Amino acid sequence: MSLALQDNIGVTTVAGDRTRRARQLTWFLALLLAGGMLLSLAVGASGTSLWSGVFDLVTGQDLALRDKVVLLDIRLPRTLMGVLVGAALAVSGAVMQGLFRNPLADPGLVGVSAGAGLGAIIAIVLGGLLPAVVTDKLGYYLVPVAAFAGSWASTLVLYRVATRKGRTSVATMLLAGIALGAIAGAISGLLVYKADDAQLRTLTFWGMGSLAGATWTKLLAATPLIVAALAVSPFLARGLNGLALGEAAASHMGISVQLTKNVSILMVAAATGAAVAVSGGIGFVGLVVPHLLRLMVGPDHKYLLLNSALLGAALLLVADVISRIVIAPAELPIGIVTATLGGPFFLWILLRQRGLLDM
Amino acid sequence: MLKAQNITVSLGKSEILHDVSFEAKPAQLTAIVGPNGSGKTTLLRAMTGDAEYSGTVELNGHDIKTARAWELASERAVLPQATPLAFPFTVLEVVRLGLNSGVTADKGGLVMRALRRVGLAGFEGRFYQELSGGEQQRVQLARVLSQVWEPVTDDTPRWLFLDEPVSALDIGHQLQVMQIAKDYADAGGGVVAVMHDLNLTAMFADSIALISEGRVLRQAAPEAVLQDELLSRAYQCSVRVNTPPADGTYLLPHAASFAAE
Repeated sequence: MSLALQDNIGVTTVAGDRTRRARQLTWFLALLLAGGMLLSLAVGASGTSLWSGVFDLVTGQDLALRDKVVLLDIRLPRTLMGVLVGAALAVSGAVMQGLFRNPLADPGLVGVSAGAGLGAIIAIVLGGLLPAVVTDKLGYYLVPVAAFAGSWASTLVLYRVATRKGRTSVATMLLAGIALGAIAGAISGLLVYKADDAQLRTLTFWGMGSLAGATWTKLLAATPLIVAALAVSPFLARGLNGLALGEAAASHMGISVQLTKNVSILMVAAATGAAVAVSGGIGFVGLVVPHLLRLMVGPDHKYLLLNSALLGAALLLVADVISRIVIAPAELPIGIVTATLGGPFFLWILLRQRGLLDM
Repeated sequence: MLKAQNITVSLGKSEILHDVSFEAKPAQLTAIVGPNGSGKTTLLRAMTGDAEYSGTVELNGHDIKTARAWELASERAVLPQATPLAFPFTVLEVVRLGLNSGVTADKGGLVMRALRRVGLAGFEGRFYQELSGGEQQRVQLARVLSQVWEPVTDDTPRWLFLDEPVSALDIGHQLQVMQIAKDYADAGGGVVAVMHDLNLTAMFADSIALISEGRVLRQAAPEAVLQDELLSRAYQCSVRVNTPPADGTYLLPHAASFAAE
């Protein structure tokens, strides 16, 4: 495994210590994210140029109204949404993998995604049955709100099932998550059967995810939850590091194991629930990003969580830009882009690292 | 001082330990011995807070049920029988987990000192999962040592709980690891070790608790526990304790004379 040990920078470090590389990677990823944000602001179907917009602002000229709307009300919220959703999904993935001690875990395993999907489908297919008071108030936001409620409902059910005498069994939670996923899938299937063509189309696209619906309102709704969850995540690093040795060893090292579990589950439910609610089902980010980073700079959560946030945000922005330009002026759902790029890439990593996964 | 009183542990419907009391003094290596399934490891797990028990366990004067996890962690470290890791950590990173789960800076090169102590200097860049079982066990010992490196702090002894620390080791490394434990006790720390090998126990222990069928048959100095009749009864086979001319004790089972039961 020379890959992880090569020190390309020519500075002598203690063998086996990847701290310095992890810190350097953080700077690099921050630059990558800044680049991704600029790209996301600059590229779009309308042909509005970011540079001429900035130039106009700097030179004190008024922006054309159209450019102003494109830049400030379409691309800017969309870019910020991409940053938040990408960071939320990647950090949630890293936390879940640490909690379940399994590199293949992702937020789907605590039922968040299944619950969110079911909530969305219920809203799309049965939303018309709701009293007009509710639908008028929520309007366009009925689906995100339902998805968010669904993700929390399923997380709560799983947590209750897996917790006995104040101790949560992650193994039970994982298995119950699979069962709940199947139940949600069956109910979704029934509703799909009942849905009309327009509804079918809506829910299919919802399942593939998109940042296209980003508005300031949606952004403001999702921001507090995602930012709070991301802000909590650094405090999980110590606990998740300890859990890598098992629950008993973690508690011997002074970690409050149950507190770590509770905070992790809350954090993932908040971040993923909010992200899925505003962007639909975007796969692969939570799985691929932490995995890739672990190969590059090791599994220490002190660096893994922050680096996951940066790389997840940057990758989602790039995927979003691709989704905007490949069939412009139309758009691909971003879930198709992340799966098309992420699937083969993940396979390639697995083929290269076969030996390491068996260890 | 480690004091366990009236410990009863049940797993499901069966009671594993019946009203057991056990004591260990600082500056001593206390061994827990007994046949398979006698409850040795369960007693250790009760005293490290891993098994639910009734009774009381006091470590350095405070009840471990009410003590905070981090308080206990600053006074004792625990070496499990085996520790599979979920992710590919390097040896250095594993040992560093002993320092507040890897988030505290390694002042004074403690990680490397611990690795040298267990004879694994030069292994720091290797991946933990690539090592043999015996090497992994010594890496974990280095991690445990780095957690409670000083055997005494502020006049308070610190403790090592070792669950079969030499089970995966060759004879040379068995002696090395037992010597590390002995040195820790000689420097004022307390060591409690679950042991299978009675000869190693005879060589290194200051006090031995012999457990059989969930009860302590005797806890005393080695010469009072390592006796033919007592061991034969506990292990259900005929054992003879010999004292060679130089010093120490070795034990021989009588082949072909297993108890008829």
